[in-house]
Amino acid sequence: MYETNYHRASSVDEAAALFAKGKEAKYLAGGHTLIPVMKQRLAGPSDVIDLARIKELVGIEVAGDTVTVKAATPHYDVAASDAVRKAIPALSSLASQIGDPAVRHRGTIGGSLANNDPAADYPAAAMALGATIKTNKRSIAADDFFKGLFSTALQDGEIITAVSFPVPAKAGYAKFPHPASRFALTGVFVAKAKSGDVRVAVTGASQSGVMRSAAIEAALKANWAASAVDGVSVSSSGLLSDIHGSSDYRANLIKVMAQRAVTAAG
Amino acid sequence: MGVEGIGASVVRKEDKRFITGKGRYVDDIKLQGMTYAHFIRSPHAHARVRGIDASAALKMPGVVAVLNGKQIVDDKVGNLICGWAITSKDGSPMKMGAWPAMAPETVRFVGQAVAVVIAESKNLARDAAEAVVVDYEELPAVANVAASIKSGAPQLHPEAPGNQVYDWVIGDENAVNGAFAKAANVVKLDLTNNRLAPNAMEPRSAIADYDAAEEHFTLYTTSQNPHVARLVLSAFYNIAPEHKLRVIAPDVGGGFGSKIYIYPEEMVALWASKRVGRPVKWTGDRTEAFLTDAHGRDHVTHAEMAFDKDNKILGLRVKTYANFGAYMSLFSSSVPTYLYATLLSGQYNIPAIHAEVIGVYTNTTPVDAYRGAGRPEASYLVERMMETAARQLKVDPAELRRRNFITQFPHQTPVIMAYDTGDFHASLDAAMKAIDYAGFAARKAKAKSEGKLRGIGLSCYIEACGIAPSKAVGSLGAGVGLWESAEVRVNPVGTIEILTGSHSHGQGHETTFCQLVADRLGVPISQVSIVHGDTDKVQFGMGTYGSRSAAVGLTAILKAMEKMEAKAKKIAAHALEASEADIVIENGEFKVTGTDKSIALPMVALAAYTAHNLPDGMEPGLKESAFYDPTNFTFPAGAYICEIEVDPSTGKTNFVNFVAADDFGRLINPMIVEGQVHGGLAQGIGQALLEHAVYDANGQPVTASFMDYTMPRADDLPSFKLSHTTTLCPGNPLGIKGCGEAGAIGASAAVINAITDAIGKNNLEMPATPDRVWRTIHAA
Ligand SMILES: Cc1cc2nc3c(=O)[nH]c(=O)nc-3n(C[C@H](O)[C@H](O)[C@H](O)COP(=O)(O)OP(=O)(O)OC[C@H]3O[C@@H](n4cnc5c(N)ncnc54)[C@H](O)[C@@H]3O)c2cc1C
Repeated sequence: MYETNYHRASSVDEAAALFAKGKEAKYLAGGHTLIPVMKQRLAGPSDVIDLARIKELVGIEVAGDTVTVKAATPHYDVAASDAVRKAIPALSSLASQIGDPAVRHRGTIGGSLANNDPAADYPAAAMALGATIKTNKRSIAADDFFKGLFSTALQDGEIITAVSFPVPAKAGYAKFPHPASRFALTGVFVAKAKSGDVRVAVTGASQSGVMRSAAIEAALKANWAASAVDGVSVSSSGLLSDIHGSSDYRANLIKVMAQRAVTAAG
Repeated sequence: MGVEGIGASVVRKEDKRFITGKGRYVDDIKLQGMTYAHFIRSPHAHARVRGIDASAALKMPGVVAVLNGKQIVDDKVGNLICGWAITSKDGSPMKMGAWPAMAPETVRFVGQAVAVVIAESKNLARDAAEAVVVDYEELPAVANVAASIKSGAPQLHPEAPGNQVYDWVIGDENAVNGAFAKAANVVKLDLTNNRLAPNAMEPRSAIADYDAAEEHFTLYTTSQNPHVARLVLSAFYNIAPEHKLRVIAPDVGGGFGSKIYIYPEEMVALWASKRVGRPVKWTGDRTEAFLTDAHGRDHVTHAEMAFDKDNKILGLRVKTYANFGAYMSLFSSSVPTYLYATLLSGQYNIPAIHAEVIGVYTNTTPVDAYRGAGRPEASYLVERMMETAARQLKVDPAELRRRNFITQFPHQTPVIMAYDTGDFHASLDAAMKAIDYAGFAARKAKAKSEGKLRGIGLSCYIEACGIAPSKAVGSLGAGVGLWESAEVRVNPVGTIEILTGSHSHGQGHETTFCQLVADRLGVPISQVSIVHGDTDKVQFGMGTYGSRSAAVGLTAILKAMEKMEAKAKKIAAHALEASEADIVIENGEFKVTGTDKSIALPMVALAAYTAHNLPDGMEPGLKESAFYDPTNFTFPAGAYICEIEVDPSTGKTNFVNFVAADDFGRLINPMIVEGQVHGGLAQGIGQALLEHAVYDANGQPVTASFMDYTMPRADDLPSFKLSHTTTLCPGNPLGIKGCGEAGAIGASAAVINAITDAIGKNNLEMPATPDRVWRTIHAA
């Protein structure tokens, strides 16, 4: 690890001010991406500004038809929350499938979305549920937030403060874990909004990060049943291909996981 | 047996310190004035080093020195050796290129060191390493067997034309040709034994400390065999004569073979410590472990088996290409030859066997012995062949095996090994019963109705352990004898120290070795301690690998115990005014049989050391040593059966059941044996389903972290059902065969046989990843 200056911010504003002062500052939440990258010397921030202990950034609120998870809330809290389980069981199931217990107790939703790993789980939920990502400057719709591998609409120094998920009529998540990393080799989140709108988001499979599948959405809109996906053809073009999953295998998984997600959604 | 004697599942004495974080590993050791090494490693698989500019690095804070490959060669530190000479079929010796500890001129795999920075801290060394400019001229690389043997392929070493190290044969080719000529059926099989990275939990580490006044070195290192390390460092690498070099291997966190070898980093640390006049520490990180710890396996094989009309095996013909990587590691040459082809008879009567093994260089990490070493490759080949044959000949796979089992012992195979004892029917019967083999067809049908493909796979393995009779291995080209030594010291108050040349790095010697003493003397194991891993304390030894510590190391302790007991009985008889022949040892006392006269061990020990009243002419003291050289290998064997279910839509394999029936001879501590089997099975299943060290066509490693290399996790594995069918090994007085490698040797074939049974297609390579299995299911 390169030398760095560690700061523990006590408010979002203080964090943003510290960021502005640093030469090449980075926010730190759970540290489950940033710290390994720093240890490998692939990142060398001048300043590390810890968001994880800012009180206003931790917690879950369910109000009316919205579940709001504040940015520095660890995955474990989401998985363990009765309120989340009642409102969006698929979200709590997703959180419970991230990494291992150590990862779930430290990794945060804000870190996950800001990092936008193409195989991360949360981006699929945010995309399929049509979440709104709230920052210290604005609100960003999920459709506008994810900008390809490891890149987002966040501006330099912008802090995610919370993510709001509209409560759907039905939702389900099915993940086929990458054998080594246990991220998603392919994960599919299906959601039927109370408006009747259907959104399907796929993570782990695409070369450009989380994506929606128009073909599966259309099929499920016509008929919300696993069998409706049978006839959908998923193209392997633009999909990732590596030693753990060729692109046509991932294309197959998109269908199979979509079906399982629908079954889980009920 | 007594509560702590042989056969008791005594809780491991060493676990208190390991579980409470009090183990003392090399990286825990800090010496006064210690400096830290960081290696500069080649990012290229094959390149010429045109120049190294360290001028900027040398000016950086805390930098003590930057040393390179040219300097280590100029200082006459020896090149790394390969300790087992193999002769090709044309009579020529194996052809090897030089392997200097740091590359002075040419790098041949990604991760090979070209220079080292020595600094006041690890971080400062890393900082400076980034400022060292290495000018490489990239050369074309070969990354696998197929690329290496192609005509016109890039050449690694001028000494080895065609990248070929040797072309070795074993067995009677004419007899095999004759067998195939009269065969009713011939079964053919092509397979790959995938390359693995060992991944001991503790990465390698070394601290070298040079004492200029005494011209003496101390090396703390993560070694499975510190004595051999000292021998090689002094006899071949010119570090220092043996009496000027102390090697200490303290607590070591796993080895699996990868810590047998003396690596460049230890040589550089020793050499650098003398050059900079301060202790030098190097601790590798996980990436360095993937890049530089010796890998395992990596064979490409074609085999054919001939059967008569009654499905009896007539002959076996095997041709294997073994990938050695870029250099010949310490025991690498023996692995695909004498540790592999000599086991190709499996558990079967095979009248004629011929095998050809061609060893080749590639621009990859060197390959050497990894848990099982050659025997997993043999067992995998033989057991996949038996399953393939059963399918082709349309007989039950258990029945085909039974028909061909060796039942008479001793049995001389056509490939050197003489099996001493075994009962292959017993272990197969036990495993079939445990898994309810008879009920499988019904279970398969039920699974099918639920959309799942269920399969069952057998593997009847045999291995040669207890490595090894020195005379025999010497005649086959080994550079060392493979006996073991031991010393028993009874202290004046009756506590006992056992010095052994074996080395424990997870095996539990500190418990099992004490159990022998407890068994013989009837003293609690708390009164006994095991001393190992320090060349200043233990005279000499060959270390731990090849499931040898109990069969060879513990037998050496037994021999020393017998000598000690004989002397102690003389002292007791003298004190009790009885005849030596009437003395028996019970519950820590020397008793005169048939009387109530006795003297306790501490009193005998005290008498030995006060020497006030010893038999005439007896030397004082109570300390004996022994060297034990086995007369044969031992032959652990067993039957593994695995039942799995494949999800056809994802290709994912799930375990339904896994049973193991092993014959390890006598068990010293069944709980520790169980642990060894679990670990071995995890590695065998890991090879079958998960693990694969992959290089791209340019020799770039694709799997240099746990994000890409799939280490088996607990939830990847089934709950194992273990049992034992015991035949005692006649080759050693304790009847021990060894248990350290069996799981890794026998498990992979059982898993692949089960998957291929489930999917109804035989052509499936390891690791059987979901993608591969799905692809195979849906292939035309
Ligand atoms: C072994 C392991 C297994 C894992 N498995 C999975 C898995 O199965 N599925 C999965 O989805 N993920 C997985 N992860 C990732 C993990 O769950 C976290 O989501 C991820 O590390 C990012 O969250 P973090 O809180 O740790 O962020 P950090 O590592 O602290 O930060 C990551 C990036 O986000 C930025 N950042 C953090 N918080 C904010 C914020 N509030 N506003 C703006 N920028 C911010 C940081 O500056 C940094 O650039 C795994 C991680 C590990 C180490």
